Amino acid sequence: MRLLADTWLLFKNYVSSTLRQPVWIIVSLFTPICYLLLFAPLLDKMMTGSAPGTNALTGFTPGVVVMLGMFGSLFVGFSIISDLRAGIIERLRVTPVSRLAPLLARALRDACLLLVQCIVLLALAYLMGLKADFLGVLLSLVLVIPMGVALASLSYAVGLILKSEDSFAPLLNFFVTPLLLLSGILLPLTLAPDWLQAAAKISPFYYVVNATRSLFVGDFSNSSVWIGFVLVTVLAIAAVYWAASVFRKATA
Amino acid sequence: MAIIETTGLSKSFKTRRGVVEAVKSVDMKVEQGEIFGFLGPNGAGKTTTMRMLSTLMQPSGGQATVVGYDLLKEAAKVREKIGYVSQAGGVDIAISGRENLVLQARLYRLSAARAKTRTQELIIALQLEEFADRAAKTYSGGQKRRLDIALGMCHQPPLLFLDEPTTGLDPQSRAHLWEEVRKLRNEGTTVFLTTHYLDEADALCDRLCIIDDGTIVAEGTPDVLKRQVAGDVVTVGLDSHNGAILQAQALLGKQSFVREIQVDKDGLRLYVERGEQALPQILRVLDGAGLGIKTISLARPSLDDVFLRQTGRSLREVAA
Repeated sequence: MRLLADTWLLFKNYVSSTLRQPVWIIVSLFTPICYLLLFAPLLDKMMTGSAPGTNALTGFTPGVVVMLGMFGSLFVGFSIISDLRAGIIERLRVTPVSRLAPLLARALRDACLLLVQCIVLLALAYLMGLKADFLGVLLSLVLVIPMGVALASLSYAVGLILKSEDSFAPLLNFFVTPLLLLSGILLPLTLAPDWLQAAAKISPFYYVVNATRSLFVGDFSNSSVWIGFVLVTVLAIAAVYWAASVFRKATA
Repeated sequence: MAIIETTGLSKSFKTRRGVVEAVKSVDMKVEQGEIFGFLGPNGAGKTTTMRMLSTLMQPSGGQATVVGYDLLKEAAKVREKIGYVSQAGGVDIAISGRENLVLQARLYRLSAARAKTRTQELIIALQLEEFADRAAKTYSGGQKRRLDIALGMCHQPPLLFLDEPTTGLDPQSRAHLWEEVRKLRNEGTTVFLTTHYLDEADALCDRLCIIDDGTIVAEGTPDVLKRQVAGDVVTVGLDSHNGAILQAQALLGKQSFVREIQVDKDGLRLYVERGEQALPQILRVLDGAGLGIKTISLARPSLDDVFLRQTGRSLREVAA
């Protein structure tokens, strides 16, 4: 109960801080919106002859939503490094607050933020003429948000371990671009040669994107859907569990 | 009654080059209601000791009781009874001082209403009224430091740890902060602080420990420590060649008024009973032997002399 009360207190604090810097809500939306506005129109002519009730955006929007979930979440570790430097983490450690509360409260705030950002992005896609199964779109949020929580938890834990922006930024750079390209976010990997398809299967996001694409066309019985959900659930539990142990041990 | 008591408290770190003993078997007692200082150069083990005592770091050896609880077995109880202000402070600069305080009080399990009144008490006590409702990123160094201390006092702990409280502050803010610390002491809070400033240790602390290289080299009130240095300090600068310094050392060592002699590269430091009487005698002895005196000065002992006598180094030089 203490844990819940502490988490709630910190969550309210983090949310109010976030609302005071609304520019950060836009920052991580910026890249996906660019792709939607400036890249998706190119696909219109390429993807002719698609199934009825769908258009180029049906295949493209899922990738952009996953991209938003990745970008927004992977970079949150920077905020914990600055909190660490300001002594905030240490100050909390001397209070009777549960060691887990700062992690859970942050992850919860990030989930809420991601939800709002996804809604903005999807609204924009609908304005641009997205045709998609509405229930599928809602379910895709249930897929992407836990993925975001998993990535955010990892990012916090790695930030706490590295303790410095200088080592965190290159590490992120090293992973983000390959993961992004291997996930088939921009174009379906069915276009890719065999070796690239094989490589993509290492990236968990490949499965999330596939599942999201199936959901958008309303193909709920497609095996990619349950694979995506199982994968995200396992990933989220493992990531939060590991991050929790890092938070518990983190000295300064 | 001792509010902190340690026996053999130690901490070693494993690094690539081997084991580093940051704190080596510290035994000390801090009495209730005093301002207790931990004086030493950077890297002496001050912060490490403080972090152990405030439950942030697990000791590698030894025992301690803090506010009546066993540090190792009852860390959670200890945490309820102490306030801790790190060097970094820990203010969330995105929100106002008042919001920082209310959140901190709530995290210490104060009710919403009590957190609000406690915050107001602290704002008045530490004179934060002027800026309490502004975002903390607009605060000056001194203002932020006062908020740091207020954050440490939210739950009215009987013991407050301050890690280098005045580092980086201008002289006026420093003096102001000293006043705040004295006020806390006068209201019954025990304050344990670390510092590498000699004047701070001298002026602010009721009692202090001098720590160097992980070991306590002296403990007592500033006056007692200075008196231990024995009287006054005469520094004689000599020509450093031809063994003049060693010759002077041998000559002066025979004089009854000289308590102790230390050699450094430019001359001698003499600890004497009464400096004003010793000066002419020293001049006479050295002149008689034909040893050229370049400079001579007389000083009352400072804490730096205490440090120098115990460690052979000047804290001024080490700290710089």
